[in-house]
Amino acid sequence: MVEAFAYLNDATIRTVMAGAALLGVTSGVLGTFAVLRRQSLLGDTLSHAALPGIVLGFVVVGGRSLPALSLGALLTGAAAALLMLLLTRRTRLKTDAALGIALSLFFAAGVVGLTWVQGHAGASQAGLETFLFGQAAALLRADLPWMAGVTFFSLAVVALFWKEFEAVSFDPEFARAQGLPVPVLDAVLTVMVALAVVLGLQLVGVVLMAAMVVAPAVAARQWVRRLPAMVALAALFGALGGVGGALISAVGRGLATGPLIVLCLTALVALSLTLAPERGLIVGLARRFRARRTLRDRQLLEALRRLQEAHDDPSYAAEQGMVDAYFGAPTRARFRALHGRGLVRRVRHMPDERPHWEITARGRDHLRHAQEADDADVNGAADPNGADRRRAANGTRGAEEPVDAGRSGGDR
Amino acid sequence: MSELLASVPFAIQATGALVGIAGALLGTFLVLRGDAMTTDAISHSILLGIVLVWMATGLTSGPLQIAGAALAGLATVLLVQLLVRTGRMKDDAAIGLVFPALFSVGVLLLNVYARDVHIDAHTVLLGEIGFVWLDTVPVAGFEVPRALLWMALVALVDAAFVAAFYKELKLATFDPALAAALGFAPAALGLALLGLTSATAVAAFDAVGVVLFLAFVIVPPSAAYLLTDALWRVLAYACGIAVASSVLGYAAAVRLDVSIGGSMALATGAFLAIALAFGPRHGLIARAIRRRGRRSSNENRALCVHLHHHEDDAEAEVENAVQALRAHLRWSDAHARAVVARSLDAGLIRRQSDRLLLTAKGRATAREIVAPGEADGTE
Repeated sequence: MVEAFAYLNDATIRTVMAGAALLGVTSGVLGTFAVLRRQSLLGDTLSHAALPGIVLGFVVVGGRSLPALSLGALLTGAAAALLMLLLTRRTRLKTDAALGIALSLFFAAGVVGLTWVQGHAGASQAGLETFLFGQAAALLRADLPWMAGVTFFSLAVVALFWKEFEAVSFDPEFARAQGLPVPVLDAVLTVMVALAVVLGLQLVGVVLMAAMVVAPAVAARQWVRRLPAMVALAALFGALGGVGGALISAVGRGLATGPLIVLCLTALVALSLTLAPERGLIVGLARRFRARRTLRDRQLLEALRRLQEAHDDPSYAAEQGMVDAYFGAPTRARFRALHGRGLVRRVRHMPDERPHWEITARGRDHLRHAQEADDADVNGAADPNGADRRRAANGTRGAEEPVDAGRSGGDR
Repeated sequence: MSELLASVPFAIQATGALVGIAGALLGTFLVLRGDAMTTDAISHSILLGIVLVWMATGLTSGPLQIAGAALAGLATVLLVQLLVRTGRMKDDAAIGLVFPALFSVGVLLLNVYARDVHIDAHTVLLGEIGFVWLDTVPVAGFEVPRALLWMALVALVDAAFVAAFYKELKLATFDPALAAALGFAPAALGLALLGLTSATAVAAFDAVGVVLFLAFVIVPPSAAYLLTDALWRVLAYACGIAVASSVLGYAAAVRLDVSIGGSMALATGAFLAIALAFGPRHGLIARAIRRRGRRSSNENRALCVHLHHHEDDAEAEVENAVQALRAHLRWSDAHARAVVARSLDAGLIRRQSDRLLLTAKGRATAREIVAPGEADGTE
């Protein structure tokens, strides 16, 4: 613990943590829009496409200057995005094929460029390959103001065009009908993802930036349903994952930073998926378990009621072993629980020592209420509670609903 | 024969061509099914499979490696499907989560356990086809490069799979619902396809690296798909493009002294560019010409409707003159003259001094638009 604090005083590590936090915030915010627009893999394509840009920047400036490499990466990223748009809009190729084409061709160009630099510009290129997986230690203090500038710029653009971005992310058709320049906004959001990618070059590298764009947004989506909260939480998760990974990488020297950051973010996603209060898998399981128990209780009560009816005896008590056999499962525990709620009564027919159960008046009331609630549910949306419950059961509401409806067919 | 096999350029080009053929055979179906980015995910996460098999057995190539990596690829696919099925995220987000995570684990394991071993993440990503001839095994008296041998076997398996299940693959690709109804198990077929893709990727990683393998899987079939419509022709063209890319890419790489695998992948891009521009029906030029043809025929029809509208009019003298078209159809003089000339050529109108008159054909064209269904008898 003390050791960890000692690390915090190390200037290099402070630099790395600050850089990782900036990267996390930017990619979390911009990734949210990408994920909502069903463009999660755009980050993957743009980051692979950054490789030739890095080489280009290196060749033009003649050295490893981060702003030059970043500008090159931004340019080739934008070119890859254009190629992708051309292929999806003007040919019959699907979006994923277009993404794959842009990714692999630009990356191939980058590989060719890397080897060309190796052969023609001397050994000084050694640094360029670290951009494949990122290298935190190579981050300089002088890079920070520049990274902060990019972060600030992206946040400012998002704040400035919040309404427009929100509209194109959730319902592009509606946005078009409102007279918004949807293609322009699409292009702006795409370039912004390229900006996030560029920020991550040094820390995460081009191969793994996909996760940097996707993971914070997916994790945030599990906890909240409104866009402002999702954006804020994604920024927080992105920063957490970035700082965590960078810290581990700095402590365990020699471990590539990119993979560590990605694994930290993946852990955050896994935690969110399991633990989130409303959409979490554990809560979902518990909900299903409860629902099944409620159903079984009703089946038990209903069986008791029908047996009474069939025997035409309002105080008919069923023998527990018989009910067990009927349901093919032990029912004792459930009967006891129902007994606790006063819905059934225990009866003994001496000398028969086996337990018998009889439905009480309250039990019959309970059944009738449940039946009425069901009927109201079936009879339509007149019952607001019923509608609410159904929507909750579907698990989608708010953020995702318009996305599913608006974006699915809108690619072409 | 033995001289040919010993020749370094031949070994390199043949390996590249085999990667290309195997990739094109599977890639045609992957691209048509919309699984291109799943292939991207698979080709990244096989790194984990390669590393795990290496840690368990110490082998860096061979059937165990291929099987292990194929399993890693399938695990990726199943994990993605599992995440999508929870309903908590879309398939593209699931892909973007799963493969970076698996790839990261692979890179870190290499970082920790394999600092000096032949496999490293760069090789897996980039490959080094230039060295395939260094590692050979004797087969029937010939020294055959190991990578070439494995690629040939895998390509053979791929070809056999496509040949054996051609009909089923075709149906599952174009009409999965019907395929399911007929009992062709499209889901199982899809998994088999993706499993073979992983196996092919691992056999190819030595040669071209996984990202360039992705280029061989996606780009030639996409280019072929822009050139033709029949499935068997897409397959054939894709294979042809892949082989030609290997040969051309090798020549360019040698001349410029750059990465051979990258150069081969870029060559597939050149073929895509050609197909994109000159594809007979789906290329950009063909589409532009078609669009212009449609526009000019629309203009001819607009002219016919205009003339028809004023035919029995008192102002027919004024309206149905070339000069009036500028005001009414908002055409410039030059444009109006061009449309009139075209319509004259097409026999839709005739000229009487300054007036434009409809021919019988032109009238039928106009009626068809103004009063559809009634025009039948007049033509």
